[in-house]
Amino acid sequence: MKRYSAFALAREAFRNHQGWERAWRDAQPKKHYDAIIVGAGGHGLASAYYLGKNHGIRNVAIIEKGWLGGGNTGRNTTIIRSNYLQDPSAAIYEKSRSLYETLSQDLNYNIMYSPRGVMMLAQTEHEVRGYRRTAHANALQGVDTTFISPKKVKELVPIIELKGPRYPVLGALWQERAGTARHDAVAWGYARACSDMGMDVIQKCEVTGIQREGGRVTGVSTTKGDIGCNKLGIVVAGHSGHLAEMAGFRLPIESVALQALVSEPIKPCMDVVVMANTVHGYMSQSDKGEMVIGGGADGYNNYTQRGSFHHIEETVRALCETFPMISRLKMLRQWGGIVDMTGDRSPILSKTPVENVFINCGWGTGGFKAIPGSGWGFAELMAKGHSPLTEAFGLERFREGRFVDESVAAGVAH
Amino acid sequence: MLILECPYCGVKADETELHPGGEAHLTRFGPGSSDDAFESYLFMRANPKGVHFERWRHAHGCGKWFHAARCTVTLEVFGTYSAQTTEPPSDIIEKIAARRPGWAKESQA
Repeated sequence: MKRYSAFALAREAFRNHQGWERAWRDAQPKKHYDAIIVGAGGHGLASAYYLGKNHGIRNVAIIEKGWLGGGNTGRNTTIIRSNYLQDPSAAIYEKSRSLYETLSQDLNYNIMYSPRGVMMLAQTEHEVRGYRRTAHANALQGVDTTFISPKKVKELVPIIELKGPRYPVLGALWQERAGTARHDAVAWGYARACSDMGMDVIQKCEVTGIQREGGRVTGVSTTKGDIGCNKLGIVVAGHSGHLAEMAGFRLPIESVALQALVSEPIKPCMDVVVMANTVHGYMSQSDKGEMVIGGGADGYNNYTQRGSFHHIEETVRALCETFPMISRLKMLRQWGGIVDMTGDRSPILSKTPVENVFINCGWGTGGFKAIPGSGWGFAELMAKGHSPLTEAFGLERFREGRFVDESVAAGVAH
Repeated sequence: MLILECPYCGVKADETELHPGGEAHLTRFGPGSSDDAFESYLFMRANPKGVHFERWRHAHGCGKWFHAARCTVTLEVFGTYSAQTTEPPSDIIEKIAARRPGWAKESQA
């Protein structure tokens, strides 16, 4: 693989950009691999990357039914933060955030990580108390967050209206080192690095069945033929239940649509990410100038990748009160992603009832921020059978009642 | 926009008038049951990509719970029916079979 650099850019500029090579090979499946990862989204690709980089397992295929990063990796609002309440969550999300900081250098691919800061508005007294508690918990976990006053909020976000009659801003949880990154680039960068290690990234290859022998999986049937494997990792988000059924076990997951939308591009007006969890709305400005707005999730099972209209109305109505200047913006695009929600709103990174099958799913509404950390932990789990990062996120926690309960405890937008 | 007809008051209500209540026809397990059964009742869900039987409450109407059969991919509604039953009525099953040849109701684990 030719490295990207300022020198490479200059060299190509002098020869009409004829020398750029494919970022990753258009691979076709071999007969057998040491490990197969199903799903070439961010989490699947990151898992494969760290299998190779940290554990030396490079005879790996990543198979994808659509195209690379075409699911939720390309549909999220690109927010990266780690201000969670529970210790296991803070650990994996903080690992992830810290990996994001140097990911461009690691992958030799510019993922445009922008540590612009993430602010979670406290708009009720309960949120004020909740976020103060989170800030204290984060201090103990080594996650750098503070609770800031409305005055400081206004300094950081001049376009905000603090005294909205219905949703006043009473303070905010502020994580200065959090931010955003270019979501597609994360998938592309990992794919390029995986391909460079000799892994096969196989697109348009749908898994149609899972072959079992005894209590083990021996391979998968796909639209491109049968492929054998020693270990299987299922990393398919909203479609996890479908794959798990093929492998012969059930999951505590329900899939719903989560929506986002973007406005027409405007001049730079807000250089931080603002989340307002009371009203299920969050907003940041993209490099192109569009206001990127994340909304609420539908309450019912749904695979439509579209979402309900009234959620957009609720989100935008509430955000217009907090940001009066956006009331005249036209919205350009709206879309939905299928998110896999677990009972405790925490992910599942786990062994399964089938001996050599591992599953990484349940990231729900907040998977993008977790991509590097999730891949790091899941690769260790697949290679060694255990990982300190994923320990608390096993499937057995539902039976044992050891939830990583973020749904009621922390500032999670859902 | 999803529109369901409340089988009790006959109102065709859009989803803002209703509250979703998740998978229908779950068998309730409590103290004395096996860990497997209890875990399955509390957390395990069919989550199908296709025909789904689910609970809804006519929250801003008569306030009653009812059941609906709906496709999670197309949002097509096959019908709604009373919640006073442990399995979908045969006319609903027939309607689904007519629209989705080859479909078979999963047995509940």
